Amino acid sequence: MRDRLSAVAAWGAAGLVLAAFAWLIGDVLWRGLPGLSWQFLVSAPADAGRAGGIASILLATVWILAIAIGTALPLGLATAVWLAEFGHRQPRLQGHVNHALDVLAGVPSIVFGLFGNAFFAVTLGLGFSILSGGLTLACMALPILVRVTGAGLQAVPAELRQGAAACGLTQWTTLSRLLLPAALPALLAGTLLGIGRALAETAALIFTSGYVDRYPGSVFDSARALSVHIYDLAMNVPGGERNGYASALVLVALILCINLATHALARGWQRSMS
Amino acid sequence: MSTPGRSSPPDGDAALRAVTGLAARLSGTVVVGIALFVLWQAWPALQAVGPLRFVTDAGWHPLAQPAQFNLLPMLVASVAVTLGAMLLAGPLGLFTAIFMTDYAPPALARLLRGVVELLAGVPSVVYGLWGLVTLVPLLAAWQPPGASLLAGILVLALMILPTMVLASHAAIAGVAAEHRLTVAALGFSCAGSLWGVLLPAARAGLCGALLLSTTRALGETMAMLMVTGNVARMPDSLFAPARTLTANIALELAYAMDRHRAALFVGGLLLTALVLALVRLARGLGCAWRHA
Repeated sequence: MRDRLSAVAAWGAAGLVLAAFAWLIGDVLWRGLPGLSWQFLVSAPADAGRAGGIASILLATVWILAIAIGTALPLGLATAVWLAEFGHRQPRLQGHVNHALDVLAGVPSIVFGLFGNAFFAVTLGLGFSILSGGLTLACMALPILVRVTGAGLQAVPAELRQGAAACGLTQWTTLSRLLLPAALPALLAGTLLGIGRALAETAALIFTSGYVDRYPGSVFDSARALSVHIYDLAMNVPGGERNGYASALVLVALILCINLATHALARGWQRSMS
Repeated sequence: MSTPGRSSPPDGDAALRAVTGLAARLSGTVVVGIALFVLWQAWPALQAVGPLRFVTDAGWHPLAQPAQFNLLPMLVASVAVTLGAMLLAGPLGLFTAIFMTDYAPPALARLLRGVVELLAGVPSVVYGLWGLVTLVPLLAAWQPPGASLLAGILVLALMILPTMVLASHAAIAGVAAEHRLTVAALGFSCAGSLWGVLLPAARAGLCGALLLSTTRALGETMAMLMVTGNVARMPDSLFAPARTLTANIALELAYAMDRHRAALFVGGLLLTALVLALVRLARGLGCAWRHA
């Protein structure tokens, strides 16, 4: 009896999950596909986004992502290297940094938005700009980058390090010639994961990079990310749903591609390590 | 760059250590900086209004004379949507994970996993769009106005389901294979081994899955902003519109000035405190905690 009940619950739950998700994805495809075309991708929005496309929005998104990853990647990589290679000499500091990164990963995105608005936009005087938005996202992506890169460095077989030490290589040579090349797939996977997260983020951008839907001229211009565009079309623009759904489809497709690439990398990396 | 086999200058390692050490300290400081900065921005309100009035004022009327700053309706709404979503997504996610490990044919399990991973990546603004355009009108036809606590609960449940499924799946699949063989050898029934042995053995991971999903739900902004109706009043039924703490910040930060702005930061502080308390709780209960 209990066997039967458990089986029914398990099949039922899985069926429900598949149905709900088919509904969600089907809805995005069904309402998004009619608005999607090459023209949509390469023309600028017009009439508050109801007409035209998303070219300037895509460009703005790329700029924001470039700032975010360009800042978070060097910082995250250096942090991961320190945690993996030098941290054991200062275990207290290592513990503090690890704990701080764990807490940072749990901070709600709207709080990043509050911080980014108050610190980057107001205190540093960057205003609503690509720079403010990108730097805010960099703070958000930092824990993921450090964790995934760190896991990659730690997965490098101990023999490799011991061999390098036995050969009398300096740590710099070991790192640049052995560890980083071995951990490269993890580094790429971490970067892609960070890009995926940043691409999905909306709440932290509304009050940092802002709403302006023109082509950005410099990093000090306010610009609208794709996710913010979807929000704006859905909530603030009557009749903007069609283009909102088309934009949502583009965003989901982009994130899907990034996730697939991450998976392929992670799988290749696990195979090469074992 | 040195050529392979040749060491860089002897002070290269010291420099490497110094630079990466600096980066590590900077990375560790980010979260402290955020906490202090949000506190600093909230301070004028905490000082001038006093912490007590954020729960005792007559309502949330930040622009009235005199201004009133009761955050309680938003706090209640946040907790209500989170609890409701967890009540739905918790068991559903757990059973889906059980299905994937113990019941599904391998091909179906792989398909399901792929679908769930895809959905874990769908941005919250897309869930919000779906909720706003598809779900809310359906609810409105049944129980107007549609944009309500219930809409928030349903969308949020769907949103955190992938997190719940993937984390519980990792926990259950992590229970050693020998465990399973022993249980089968002892002649336990399928359900008996599941409820008596496997789930208790996966306890730490499952509790981590629950609490991780809860923090995600509590911190969700966009989807809630789009489907709950955003009325800053104490919700009195499932079908009443409500405004979460997160949505309150997103709605008003654009035009808030002075004390009103500081009061929004108090909301952010409260939200962060709640999430950190949950993380603490997870640690205290010995839950396996894994962000990713």
